[in-house]
Amino acid sequence: MKLKTGKPQTADQIDLNRRHAIQSGGLAIAFLWLGGSGIASAAINARRQPGDAAAALADGNPAFAPNAFIRIGTDGTVRLVMPMVEMGQAIYTGSSMLLAEELGIGMDQITVEHSPPSDDLYGMPLLGGQITGGSTSTRGTWQVLREAGAVARTLLVAAAAAQWHVDPATCTVDRGMVRHTPSGRSIGFGAVASAAAQLPMPDKVQLKDPKDFQVIGKPLRRVDSADKVKGATQFGLDVRVPGMKIAVVKACPTFGGKLASVDDKAARAIPGVVDVIRIGDAVAVVGEHFWAAKQGLEALGITWDRGENANLTTQQLRDALAESALNGKSIVAREVGSRPADGKTVESVYQLPMLAHATMEPLNATVFVTSDKCEIWLGTQVPARVLDVAAKITGLSKDKIIVHNQYLGGGFGRRLETDSVEQALALAKQVSYPLKVVWTREEDIRHDRVRPMYHDRISAVLDANGRPAWYGYRTSGGTVLGRWAPMAMGKDGLDSDAVECVAEVPYEIPNLKVEWIRHDMPPGLIVGWWRGVGSTHNLFVVESFMDELAHHAGKDPLEYRRALLQKNPRSLALLNLAAEKIGWGGQPLPARVGRGIALGEPFGSRVCAIVETEVTPQGEIRLRRAVVTLDCGIAVNPSSIEAQIQGGLLFGFSAALYSEITIKDGAIEQSNFHDYRNLRINETPLIEVHRIENSETPGGLGEVGTAIAAPALANAIFAATGVRLYKLPVDRNLLVQDAEALKRVVSATVASTGRNDA
Amino acid sequence: MLSLSVNGESHSVDVPADMPLLWVLRDVIGLTGTKFGCGIAQCGACTVHLDGQPVRSCVLPVGSIGSKAITTIEAIGDTPSGQKIQQAWLDVDVVQCGYCQSGQIMSATALLKRSPNPSDAEIDAAMSGNICRCGTYVRIRAAIKQAATGKLEILQTIVTSPEGAAP
Repeated sequence: MKLKTGKPQTADQIDLNRRHAIQSGGLAIAFLWLGGSGIASAAINARRQPGDAAAALADGNPAFAPNAFIRIGTDGTVRLVMPMVEMGQAIYTGSSMLLAEELGIGMDQITVEHSPPSDDLYGMPLLGGQITGGSTSTRGTWQVLREAGAVARTLLVAAAAAQWHVDPATCTVDRGMVRHTPSGRSIGFGAVASAAAQLPMPDKVQLKDPKDFQVIGKPLRRVDSADKVKGATQFGLDVRVPGMKIAVVKACPTFGGKLASVDDKAARAIPGVVDVIRIGDAVAVVGEHFWAAKQGLEALGITWDRGENANLTTQQLRDALAESALNGKSIVAREVGSRPADGKTVESVYQLPMLAHATMEPLNATVFVTSDKCEIWLGTQVPARVLDVAAKITGLSKDKIIVHNQYLGGGFGRRLETDSVEQALALAKQVSYPLKVVWTREEDIRHDRVRPMYHDRISAVLDANGRPAWYGYRTSGGTVLGRWAPMAMGKDGLDSDAVECVAEVPYEIPNLKVEWIRHDMPPGLIVGWWRGVGSTHNLFVVESFMDELAHHAGKDPLEYRRALLQKNPRSLALLNLAAEKIGWGGQPLPARVGRGIALGEPFGSRVCAIVETEVTPQGEIRLRRAVVTLDCGIAVNPSSIEAQIQGGLLFGFSAALYSEITIKDGAIEQSNFHDYRNLRINETPLIEVHRIENSETPGGLGEVGTAIAAPALANAIFAATGVRLYKLPVDRNLLVQDAEALKRVVSATVASTGRNDA
Repeated sequence: MLSLSVNGESHSVDVPADMPLLWVLRDVIGLTGTKFGCGIAQCGACTVHLDGQPVRSCVLPVGSIGSKAITTIEAIGDTPSGQKIQQAWLDVDVVQCGYCQSGQIMSATALLKRSPNPSDAEIDAAMSGNICRCGTYVRIRAAIKQAATGKLEILQTIVTSPEGAAP
């Protein structure tokens, strides 16, 4: 099949003043709707901006700093400032590749550094601020970072050409050298850096023809691997500042509860305990080291004012949500045609749980507040927002506040929030020394800003062939966007994230109605972004339902989807490739082994997953194999794309198999990895990732694997057992073969907690 | 005062005997490569070696160590197995966020030392105490095998299909 491809990048000159087409999808859509006004105007630029000189001065004052991303010294050193933060997704590598490609430097010749907080200099165009999330980083910077590299290269070439009195067009650039082949001359970037800095900014630059790419498209090693395998990478929790003390904190367990009183006599008697600090809803013990502080915290006699949510339970939340789903006022996100009067109707209700992020690095922030200055060290997805809250809490102007961003030990959306640094600021401004505030794992899970729970009703009216003539979707849940970026809410107060991947589906369905019912959680229960957010939740529902429809029609789930994809060649190609790679319809599978398909178009990419799983007679899941096919347009780094898909898929499996945050007596019940489990290596299947290559604009990747995991798994479980899962996480009780099975053997798939424990 | 042998150096530390080794390493000695993940020996991020054996330092009272040699991620590259594992980790490009990888590498090194050519089942058994939230397990498996055999694992499972390859 001939795939439709986009217009290839031509070697024409790029006008740096024009706007670029960007693959939208996911959270990005909401911000694109802002239309470039207001906050969305803050965005990175390839050319020198008003704040650049000050930023470069603070960053070692290099000889040549043509924009916010490139610093070249007279010694030829090339430092690249990373607009997006590194939390595992390999964006430091990807961003460097875009810059290096056009600059004309080898990836072995650069170093990377964290950017300072600045919406103006490092604002993600798709999110309206210096924000790393929503799988937007490559989509939003693919063009502008190459342009930024080209701006620098253009100026360096112009400086060299002027020195040689030759036409710049006769010069080439390679590995940090400008060359003039006709005369055999060459000169290093460092030697022309100062001269290049004196030249005016170009209005236009020449970008490489993709066929000439030397860096982009190669599976390259990450720029941060070497330090990470030696334990040398500094994460937020590793920051050590002279005179620093460690605080371990405990906030009121109930949502919205307060600190009533603390008896700290016993705590203060513990050797190494330095101080006990109180804020409105939390208390912290400060120690010379974590252990003293933690011992101190456990010795406190704390009385909480548990507040109005003191008796809250998960069941109450579910009941209230179900009531809203039934009787709440909906906002129509999309309506096409109308519901046919005749035809078989299929309807299902799906429910999804609250989820915690559980980043491997628990939340932490190191803060030093004095009367005229504030310094903050932490790993955050929102550096500029951290600056904002620091100014508010300390009362200092922003120029008196320094935010040192660090490598993030996982983000997954949790570090899009500033709650932990707000708390650390409130604590640190009470003391005279630098304070590292550490959340224990228990604190991290019990005070997560959880992924919302959802209650979704999905229905379809089928035509004579069993195909959907109409489909209706009513999703109910809390809104993250409405709190986190209220100005990005859509028409009639619609949260675009809530209907991501369902308002537009890959399939040919002539009539549809997609509605969202906003159901706010009780005050104090704050919901947050969680890898994949709307797409992860909606794809589970809509792709499970597609399987149901296939079943109702008596059709093979592959054939059923194929018939509906005839006008969508890119996604059809993925479906076909996945089926071919896993051998769909080939050798018969053993009993209680099944394969499940899921297909979707999240975050500006297209993806298909087929999962093969065994379900033991006792109802345990054994993942055997997963094949993922992907169309993400131009691949910047195929190695990290593969890693993101594999890791994202496992993140999604982990949640589907194990994860649920529940509430009792107004507090989160889970606390650590024993009761908020994570998939382990012994449960990890083979995962193949196959990519269809084309020259489309890059799509997002960080959340794509996660979004497609659960529906493929649930459909595989259905194929293995005939049991349709309407709720996550997977309830093994539903999957037990028969009463005898439980008597026969104890399941063998319980994860080991490690044979080599001390 | 306790005397500890860490990475071949002797350290005198004035800490309570029940203090877990993890916090002595991180907050007292200043070796921050060993990570805090859970505090209850569930995640393996804090794994170090005690006389070559992998242990969870977050639950290991420092007073129980005596004269045993402590090796951390900062020095594991000085051992032949550690060097092999770190190199394979780079060749396969295992890491993502990297926070759990110190512990992963310490567990993998101990495995390779006691079982130079581990089976899949041995890898699962030795590594299942180490959680990776990013989900790097597929590459961890590949890297351990590569370190063991010296043979290049097939790393890029991505098959870039030419346009029109799919039927």
